Amino acid sequence: MDSKNVLIKVNQLYKIFGDGDKSALDLVKDGMGKDELLEKSNCVLGLNNINLNIKRGKIQVVMGLSGSGKSTLIRHLNRLIEPTSGEILFNNTNILNLNSKELIQFRQNNMSMVFQKFALFPHKTVLQNVGYGLAIQNIPKNEWSDKSQKWIKRVGLDGYETYYPGQLSGGMQQRVGLARALATDAEILLMDEAFSALDPLIRSEMQNILLDLQNELHKTIIFITHDLDEALKIGDRIAILRDGSMVQDSDPQEIIMNPADEYVSDFIKDINRARVIQAKSIMTATNAKSSGATVKEDMVLEDILQIMSDAPSKPVTIENAKGKITGKIEMVNLIEGMKRPKSLGTNITG
Amino acid sequence: MDWFFNFPDMSRSDLREFKKTVDFAFTDFSRTYGQGIEEFFEPLLMFLVWFEKLFINTPWPVIIFSILLLAWIGSRSILIVVGTFLSFMLIGYFGMWEDTMSTLAIILVATFLCIAIGIPLGIAMARSNKVQAAIVPVLDVMQTIPSFVYLIPVVMLLGIGKVPGLIAVCIYAIPPIVRLTNLGIRLVDKDVLEAADSFGANYWQKLFGVQMPLALPTIFAGVNQTIMMALAMVVIASMIGVKGLGLPVLRAISNQYLALGLMNGLAIVILAIIFDRVTQKFGLRMQKYRNEGKD
Repeated sequence: MDSKNVLIKVNQLYKIFGDGDKSALDLVKDGMGKDELLEKSNCVLGLNNINLNIKRGKIQVVMGLSGSGKSTLIRHLNRLIEPTSGEILFNNTNILNLNSKELIQFRQNNMSMVFQKFALFPHKTVLQNVGYGLAIQNIPKNEWSDKSQKWIKRVGLDGYETYYPGQLSGGMQQRVGLARALATDAEILLMDEAFSALDPLIRSEMQNILLDLQNELHKTIIFITHDLDEALKIGDRIAILRDGSMVQDSDPQEIIMNPADEYVSDFIKDINRARVIQAKSIMTATNAKSSGATVKEDMVLEDILQIMSDAPSKPVTIENAKGKITGKIEMVNLIEGMKRPKSLGTNITG
Repeated sequence: MDWFFNFPDMSRSDLREFKKTVDFAFTDFSRTYGQGIEEFFEPLLMFLVWFEKLFINTPWPVIIFSILLLAWIGSRSILIVVGTFLSFMLIGYFGMWEDTMSTLAIILVATFLCIAIGIPLGIAMARSNKVQAAIVPVLDVMQTIPSFVYLIPVVMLLGIGKVPGLIAVCIYAIPPIVRLTNLGIRLVDKDVLEAADSFGANYWQKLFGVQMPLALPTIFAGVNQTIMMALAMVVIASMIGVKGLGLPVLRAISNQYLALGLMNGLAIVILAIIFDRVTQKFGLRMQKYRNEGKD
């Protein structure tokens, strides 16, 4: 991997909650699992040897069921939680070595966070909430208020500046949360299940807002979720956690095509494969033009099916974003791609 | 089996010796340091006297107007303002104006002192569990020990007068503000504090920008309770020389003057009700942002 594109590097990160975490650390390093550790030393294993490279300008999703350690992991990145051992490099500085003043500086300038339960300041107006990150840096009021205004507009809350969070709906509150995080111009955005508390329609709308913003801003986003559809929709890369350990960290397509183990398979079992698998994952590589229509390599199978149904016998040509032909797909590939792999079980249930 | 039915207590002479020792030790202490302690409280006495004079010497219409104005600013309720006006007119008409002003002065000074000491104490308690563990038992003692018991050492040290009265009132009235400041700060949503942390707020920015404003309604409930308890102490404080509405009540008890006792007692009640309603309304208005709109 191109190391100069890596903005945050997490190396051998361990977190054990409870007294005697140092001695428990040795047990974990010797391979003890979460349940056994809890029984033996009354410590809870939060993170177990996490290694993660987060690339600049990309959306890194961290996924897992509740209790898998994903919220713990994201809180290590800005040191809301201190690790038991390991290092977190940001631009090659280990942020675990920052003293409290430097840490405050780092949080003010480099990272901002969006929370699952919004965590807005109930006693401050929308404008004051959005401007909070700037105001505590002692930036003059007219300056932070102008900047906040811009972001309030950008997330579509124009006209709500003087409202209190309690007067807004959940979706609107999270827009405030997003604007608050964006207002500091921090390079890194930490999103802790930011959309999980919203109802499906609003969630989808927020995801689109985020993707729009990302197209324009190219921030480095660490996005926590337990929802695979959400992960697939917005993630450039998906890391899957289980009981504090990293099970798989790869391209979203890779996760669907080659799940690392049963846990990951369980995750992807119920997704609509036709709607998420892209042409490039199942195509046969070739430079030659085929007899059927030409489609982009990130088109999902469902759409290709729509095209191919007009002429089922003609294979479609696949080209990359630059228009270069990279492969072809035949009907039989399409069917093969949509069907669940053997590893996911053959029973037809859902 | 004698020890089973009769408690194996100290002998009488030992007990007498013990009490004597404590008494003498404290008498010595107050002889040695009494003067110094009195001088230490001198500025407080001056302030209290000045404040009381201000209340008594200001023409009554000015006082009533100021009180009505404050009641309006605090409560924004016409009903409370009118009630306050009628109450003070009645108090004046029944000849209790001067005593009421004295009481008002000592209550306000006591409340001010309690806030000035109590809120920082409460903040310190909220910041550290150890400080909390150390202060809570002291507050428990202050709230449950009969007031007469701590009147004894206070009078021995400072004699009879306004300052010992003020101290007695404060000892009785300060616990609620300390407790509720601590509670209010501790009840602030952890998520919101985490958000402040994540944006790089330092301790003071969190305290004054997030914790105190969100704890304010609770702290204000503490101020309200402190005022109420200070008012409840005025009769006892009058036993050690504090002038005001308590003194006539005391006289009424010893001489069985029903009307005198009732009038002055009711005047204290009226003050209490006015203080309570105005501060409660004010407290409610402070948390207006909580009650509006959806969740």
